[in-house]
Order: sequence, then structure tokens, then C-alpha cells
Amino acid sequence: MPDTIDKNTFSELQEAAGAEFVTELVDTFLEEAPGMLTELRSAMQAQQADKFRRAAHSLKSNCQTFGAIRLGAMARDLEANGISSGSGALDALETHYAEAAADLKELSRDG
Amino acid sequence: MTDEMGARAAASSAGAAASRARMATGPGAGARLLVADDNKVNRLLMTRSLELQGHKVATAENGRVALDMLRAETFDLVLLDMEMPELDGFGVLEKMAADNQLRSLPVIVTSSLEGIADIVRCIELGADDYLHKPVNPVLLKARINSSLEKKRLRDQQQELIKRFATSEVANDLQESGFALGGRRVRATVMFSDIRGFTTLVESQSPEETIELLNTYYTLMFDAISGQGGVVNQMIGDGLMAIFGAPQALDDAPLAAVRAALDMVEMIDLFNVERVGMDKEPIRIGIGIASGEVVAGYTGTQQRATYTCIGDTVNLAARLEAHTKEVQRGILLDGDTQAALGDKVPLDVLGQVMFKGKSVAVPVYAVKAQAQR
Repeated sequence: MPDTIDKNTFSELQEAAGAEFVTELVDTFLEEAPGMLTELRSAMQAQQADKFRRAAHSLKSNCQTFGAIRLGAMARDLEANGISSGSGALDALETHYAEAAADLKELSRDG
Repeated sequence: MTDEMGARAAASSAGAAASRARMATGPGAGARLLVADDNKVNRLLMTRSLELQGHKVATAENGRVALDMLRAETFDLVLLDMEMPELDGFGVLEKMAADNQLRSLPVIVTSSLEGIADIVRCIELGADDYLHKPVNPVLLKARINSSLEKKRLRDQQQELIKRFATSEVANDLQESGFALGGRRVRATVMFSDIRGFTTLVESQSPEETIELLNTYYTLMFDAISGQGGVVNQMIGDGLMAIFGAPQALDDAPLAAVRAALDMVEMIDLFNVERVGMDKEPIRIGIGIASGEVVAGYTGTQQRATYTCIGDTVNLAARLEAHTKEVQRGILLDGDTQAALGDKVPLDVLGQVMFKGKSVAVPVYAVKAQAQR
């Protein structure tokens, strides 16, 4: 089982909202998240601190919902450190996102 | 079955269905909620949780859209995210606090803000509650039910205030809060009562008297509030109304005289009905005076009433009593007459020495032909 996603959090979510709904919710997240990653990068380049913080905050919030603990912690650091986080932190985030996204998709299809 | 009966039967069965629906999902269910969140996943999940609890949900993707919706539609509660583009949650709370219509609408903040300072700020800005994201569904349900219950009690209280005070006083209370004590304002005061009421009461059953009084007050309230006045006292068949307090009015003396003319006209119409039913017509006398009054809440911290006191009030009461002696319907003091100019035709009745006054004051009567 993947360790990018906390299974307890994820199954609690499925229990509360319904597994079928969670599958749709994961799909929505996978559609929305690349936009947030792009926004983080462009906000950092354009030095838009508010936009950067908001995108990081938004990503963090979704990660906590799905139990994507490590990704959430990375987003949380970005939110706290703002545009001075450095592009290395964004690279790491993107790499880990790819793993977490794949695991999340798999988990939500397992039923 | 008549149309009206059909409509009533349909309405009552709709009511029964609604109450069945309420019983099926518990108290507080079936409320109309607004979810404001810029994150789509959060919006979907929150909507899902709330719909599973039996609520109807609308969503807004930022604070500005949320405010527009709150102003256009009726909601029972708002679930508000803080970090949003265009207008954030703090901005929404500030705008709601400044809006009379939205001030008492409960708001539950749902956010993953870091640190206690921002949470404190939400509560200080008027949020009812704060839930950290991701929101636990059980906690969410409990908080929503508690907020809706509080709102229901607040609405009920508001409803009672409106019934036992006037809507102007209710607004004044809502805006400035309650404090004993008066302030000096310029206003026009009106007293009115039914002529020969005691004789009338003796000639009919108490039930008839109550019915007459209820009709009479309904008509008088309509006439007075239609011109922007406030009835603040009812004693038997007499009433006292204020124009220009607690809320300012453009031309209070003219508004009061117009209300008096409307009152006389309504009584004339009412009398046509009474005579048709073989009942005695009634007549009213009205006294109006303008000037400085001290207006405010008097009483105790437990029980108080909004009222006006001062020479102007006494003079209006004397003028009302004087209508009997001069057999005129509407009498005015000099200040009211001066403010009217030639907008309403008047008769000059000369100077009258009233009880409790050290000097005679000029009295004017509204001409009968104005009373059309």
C-alpha cells in the first residue's frame, strides 16, 4: 500500500461522504491540483505573495482532506515561508505530487 | 369546493409534508445554507456533507459572489472560508456586520488558518463559530444545528420586539442597542381619541368594544405609519404618535397633519360601514404640536418603553382635549402651523390659555374642506 496517503483518513472520508462520491472528488482534485502547482510557480516568478500563499493554502487544505500527509506538510511549509521558499521546494513538491496523485487515484478506484 | 378552500387545503397538505420532512431528518434540517469557498474540492465536499444532513446548499467561489448572493436571496446560515480571492472571509464578515439585513445571519468559519490570532479575529468580526478544515462531519452537524437554533431564537425575539414595539423602535434598538435615557430632538407629537367613548362602551357588549378598538387601532396605525409616524402609546381609546423620532423624518409637521387627515377619512369610511349595520358612527379628536422633545427609553433595565416627554407632548395632549370644546376634528399649535405654510387650509382660533401653561398659545384648526 502506498505511504503517500494516510489510509485511515481516506477511509473515514469514504465512510462519511460515500466511496462513489470520493472517487469523483479525487478526480476533481486531480483536475484542479495541476492548476495550483502552476499558480505557485507563476506567483513565485511574479513575486505575488498573496496569490502564492492562497495557492499553497488551498493545496494544503485538500491534502488534509484526502490524508496526503507529506504533500500537505510541504504545502504548509510553502504557505508559511511564502515566495521566499525557493524553486527547489516547488520542484520537490511537484515530484511528490506525481506519486501522491497516482496513489490517490489507485486508492479511490479500489472501492 | 371553492377555489379558496382548495388553496387552503393544498397549503395545509404542503405544510404537513414539510413537517414530515423535518421529522425525518431531525431538528434544524432543511435549512438553506450558503457555502463560500474558492477551492472546488472543498466546495463539493462541504456541499455533500450538508446535503447528507438534509440541507439545501448554494455555493459561491469567492467573497464578492457570496455577498451578492446573500443580498439577493434568503439564507439561514453561511459556511465561510477565509482565504479567498477578490474578497476574503474577513471582508465578508466586515461587510455583513455593516449590513442591517445580514448582521444577524449566523456564520460558521471553516478554514485551515494557522494560528489563533486569525480565529479570534473571525469571532470578533461576528462569526458564530470556527471549524478547522478538514471538517469533521459530526462536529459540523452539531455546530450547524446549534447555530440554526440560536438563529431561530433570535428571529423569534425579533418578531416579539416587532409586535410589542414599533418597527422603528425595533430598528433603533438593533442599531443603537438599549440604553435608558433620552436625547433632545425636534419632533411632532400627535394625540388622538374617540369622542364619547365612555357612552359608547356602555351601550354595547365588551366583545363589541374590543372589536371596535381593534378595527380603530388597525386603521389609525395604517394612517400614522403610512406617513412615517410611530404609535408609541395606546391607552383605552387614546393613542399617542410621534413623527420624527426615533428616526428622523423630512417634514414631520406636514406628515403628522397628513396622517391626521387620513385618520379622519378612514373613520368616515368606517362610519359608513357602521351606520349600515345600525351602529352609532364614531368621531375622533386629534391634537398636534411640534417642537423639542426628550425622546428615549424610560423605565427600568427590566422593563422600559420608548417615549417622548416635554412641553410639546403636553401641548399636543391639551390640544386633543380642546377639540371637544371647540367642536373641531384636528387642532394644531403655532410651530406646526408655521411649518405647514399654506400647504393645508387652516382656521385661526386665537390664543388659548391651557392648564399648566403660563402664557396663552395660538391654536389653529384644520379647515373642514381639507378633511376630504
